[in-house]
Amino acid sequence: MKISKEGDYRRRTDICLRCPQGCEVETLLGPNDEILNITGNKCKLGVAYVEQEIKDPRRVLPTSIRVKNGVRPLVPAWTPEPMPKGLLLELAEESREMEVEAPVHVGDVIVDNWRGLGVRLVASGHVPRGR
Amino acid sequence: MNKVKKFDVVIIGAGVIGSMVARELSRYKLSVAVLEKEVDVGMGQSSSNSAIIHSGHDPEPGTMKARMNVRGNELWYKIVPELDIPLEKTGALIVAVGPEEQAGLYPLLEQGQKNGVSGLEILSREDVLSLEPHLTGDVTGALSTPTAGIVDAFQGVLGPAENAAMNGVEFILNAEVQGVVVEDGTLKAVETSQGPVEATWFINAAGIHSDEILHMVGDHPDFHISARRGEYFVFDSSAFRVSNVIFPMPSEKGKGILVTTTTHGNTMIGPNSNVIEDKEDHSVTESGMSEILDGARRLVPMISPRHVISTFAGLRATGNYKPPGHGKDFLLEVSKSVKGLITLAGVESPGYVSAPAIAEYVAEMLRGEGVVLEEKPDWNPKRSRIPRFKDMSHDERKEIIRENPAYGRIVCRCEEVTEGEVLQAIHSPIPATTYDAIKRRTWLGTGRCQGSFDYPRTMEILARELGMSMTEITKKGPGSVFLYRRTKEGVV
Amino acid sequence: MEVNTDYDVIVIGAGPAGLAAAIEAYNENKSNVLLIERNDSLGGILPQCIHNGFGAIKFGNDLPGPEYAVRYEEQLRDLPVEIMLDTMVVDLTPDLDIYTMNSTQGYRHFRPRAVVLAMGCRERTRSQIRLPGTRAAGIYTAGTAQRLVNIEGYMPGNEIVILGSGDVGMIMARRFTIEGARVLSVLELLPYLTGLRRNFVQCLQDYDIPLHLSTTVNKIYGERRVEGIETVKVDEHLNHISGTEKFIKCDTLVLSVGLIPENELSRKAGVQLDPHTNGPIVDSDMATNVPGIYAAGNVAGIYDLVDYVSMAGEVAGRSAAVWASKQKVAAKAQAEEERPSITIKPGANVGSVIPQKVYFDDLDGRDIYLNMRPNALLERAVKVELSLDSEEIMSFREKYARPAEMIIRKLKPRDIDKLKAAGGHELIAGIS
Repeated sequence: MKISKEGDYRRRTDICLRCPQGCEVETLLGPNDEILNITGNKCKLGVAYVEQEIKDPRRVLPTSIRVKNGVRPLVPAWTPEPMPKGLLLELAEESREMEVEAPVHVGDVIVDNWRGLGVRLVASGHVPRGR
Repeated sequence: MNKVKKFDVVIIGAGVIGSMVARELSRYKLSVAVLEKEVDVGMGQSSSNSAIIHSGHDPEPGTMKARMNVRGNELWYKIVPELDIPLEKTGALIVAVGPEEQAGLYPLLEQGQKNGVSGLEILSREDVLSLEPHLTGDVTGALSTPTAGIVDAFQGVLGPAENAAMNGVEFILNAEVQGVVVEDGTLKAVETSQGPVEATWFINAAGIHSDEILHMVGDHPDFHISARRGEYFVFDSSAFRVSNVIFPMPSEKGKGILVTTTTHGNTMIGPNSNVIEDKEDHSVTESGMSEILDGARRLVPMISPRHVISTFAGLRATGNYKPPGHGKDFLLEVSKSVKGLITLAGVESPGYVSAPAIAEYVAEMLRGEGVVLEEKPDWNPKRSRIPRFKDMSHDERKEIIRENPAYGRIVCRCEEVTEGEVLQAIHSPIPATTYDAIKRRTWLGTGRCQGSFDYPRTMEILARELGMSMTEITKKGPGSVFLYRRTKEGVV
Repeated sequence: MEVNTDYDVIVIGAGPAGLAAAIEAYNENKSNVLLIERNDSLGGILPQCIHNGFGAIKFGNDLPGPEYAVRYEEQLRDLPVEIMLDTMVVDLTPDLDIYTMNSTQGYRHFRPRAVVLAMGCRERTRSQIRLPGTRAAGIYTAGTAQRLVNIEGYMPGNEIVILGSGDVGMIMARRFTIEGARVLSVLELLPYLTGLRRNFVQCLQDYDIPLHLSTTVNKIYGERRVEGIETVKVDEHLNHISGTEKFIKCDTLVLSVGLIPENELSRKAGVQLDPHTNGPIVDSDMATNVPGIYAAGNVAGIYDLVDYVSMAGEVAGRSAAVWASKQKVAAKAQAEEERPSITIKPGANVGSVIPQKVYFDDLDGRDIYLNMRPNALLERAVKVELSLDSEEIMSFREKYARPAEMIIRKLKPRDIDKLKAAGGHELIAGIS
């Protein structure tokens, strides 16, 4: 994200993360940081992305969780709904302490409402019971 | 309290020299041990060299180098069938480019004949190019030395070492000699990282550290070994091949940058020659890589860095011993300043080919000192290496998997190395306990993917067989662990 | 040794290409299909790709790799496709002899009527980039590190430098950080990012990991274990700039320096390889030059999106099944020369093209995708042109050309008409 000043206005440039294209989206902000104009996005997802990014930047956290009594020691997990960007490393750290019991399936909810923020940590792979 | 180990003969160093000496002495009714500071045999010069059994045309006549080279060459061909060591008598060509070099071929021929090398002849340009079509068109002629050959350098160490172990020699690994006990002018014992070891006779075969052993006992204070680095490139076997070992004309620096095929079927070029400070620094340098590419291209212009699959460096133990009237030579002697020590120092090229001859000479020196060498009636000269799944026919493969399912699981895809072979390497007379030790014995990880596929599988097998955790498995001994911790634990 | 000739199609590799191929091969005409995989589970590389970015096209969803794989595994479970896990294919001949091995069933010989190569790719190694220095422990290719961290569950080190700004490298930079290690920097030899820009944001920028372009590793230090590396800046010709050397203390070097199709078996089978992709030359049926052998996915050339890999797998599976049924009824396939086709070679600013040959018959409403890998960075509107002797046959526009992103064109009916008119010729694909 880059910001440049243009008189009373500011122009910020973000790379949209919604799809692999990574459009460079430019937003013109007014004196009260109100959004005046959005350009550079090649589809309308870019608008929603930038609006969210300005208001409350969110990201997906992909990680893995320890499995007890499974054929493998770890199950992949993620936050299907993006979470507050500033808290990524905190959830990452806490997830290191977590453990689930095998069998684990795709879609199993590991953490339902992390810190009351509606953030879910969900299994994205399966680990059968064994070994 | 630890019982002090005591032997008739203790050999310091398990490189090709130490291992051949061990095998030779294992014939006799003696208690013999080998002390090796690394976690495996042959981790020094012996496995990082040109892997050539030289003919003996190159050393200065009248030196130990010449005598040992020619006798060693003869002995290698006798020993390899007994020890199942891959060795091919390819012959070598010392190639001349231009009239000056061409003129140099004749004195080289004479020198070889003086050293007792057989079969030498000078070939014409046409003959040379028909033998080796990849050679530069500028070649004017070559000296052909048909007794030269290529060997599997590590098997050349492991073969005699395993055979010695099978015949009762004790190999003490991870045992670095750190001090000596000299009493009444006799070397009684050495202090090692595994405790003290006593012996009647010590054989100093410590390679690049052989000068340090001498200085510990106060012998030859002016003798010094410097580390002279030689770098190599290994090419994909599909790139190109040569039938002979190809040398340039020799210079003061040595035999020069050569082009050879290995017993494994790859092509190899190198070595260059640069003295370095650090005896433990095995890094390959950028300038070194350019140097050997340029040198090799002089002989074979088509050589391209595109096909390189691996690079390595070896450190020669270059000593400064010069016998009266000659240039630098091996220092092979019964010590004159301390009793009970035989020194085999400054053994760089042609050290490898000389190894069996040096071993023979050690027995001679011991006899000369009154040591009785009584042959064991049950001495077994034979040793076999791990059979390679890759070389087996379809039916042989089917059979070996049926007999032992561990052979049904591939560990290294590129070289087709199976779990059965890895297990054999771990449970052999000189056990492989590190990744590199398994690699040396089985060729795993040496192909196109260079370990990317086999790392995790090999580590798991080692951990399981040795009862260690994955985080304890090393690449080449203490200090070289692969993995620091489990994914969720022990965050620093 | 007895030969098993039961199978119509054998698929080698159960990654996204192989899974799709096995399913489509069965669906085509209820073929007898065997799927062989060297790992002890299905999915290929996907189980270790725990980040999202998979399935936008196929499932309209941005899924993590393992979940994408599970969707295919579930489809497969309902079908009578036989699966051999923990099994390596050690040989493949031009006559379609396949030799497999595993611990439980031993060494076996198969001769199916068709084969689909779906073995994926391997990583470029340290030796191939001729990186000077020691051979210490602590040097990993990114994919191997990813497997260790995510599947075996081990961290290779604590202080890590990554060479290569490709997606695998950037993904691992984030992964290491999430698991508590320190990624000191990501270095890139070229003057531009070689992976997706969104990964730069969500893997490097978000985690404060510095990226240094036009920089490479000059030397590795540490005799037993990596103790540090020396970096050096490079000029526009990628030559080292003397005086810019810097030492970085670290214990791990991760290499993300390129992916190469896994072609041991392709070579053994006598399959003709394309020097631009390092994978088999394939046509729009995903057929190689060896009758009955098809290839799909990363084994043919490196793709960016798994969705297109699955689609290529479907084409290969279907074509293989059709070929197998033709063999069964001993019907003669139409002579290759008679079929209307064009061949395509890469031209200006194009590194490689897949498929290298396009047939226009037997389409049955199927789509043909042209995949082009640009080898120049053009951040502006570009024209992609297929021409014959400098005369434009067909063209289309793209918003940019980036080496990190394959240009994928679903051929429209009018494209096909234009190409048909140039039938029997070799066209050059160029970007301007």
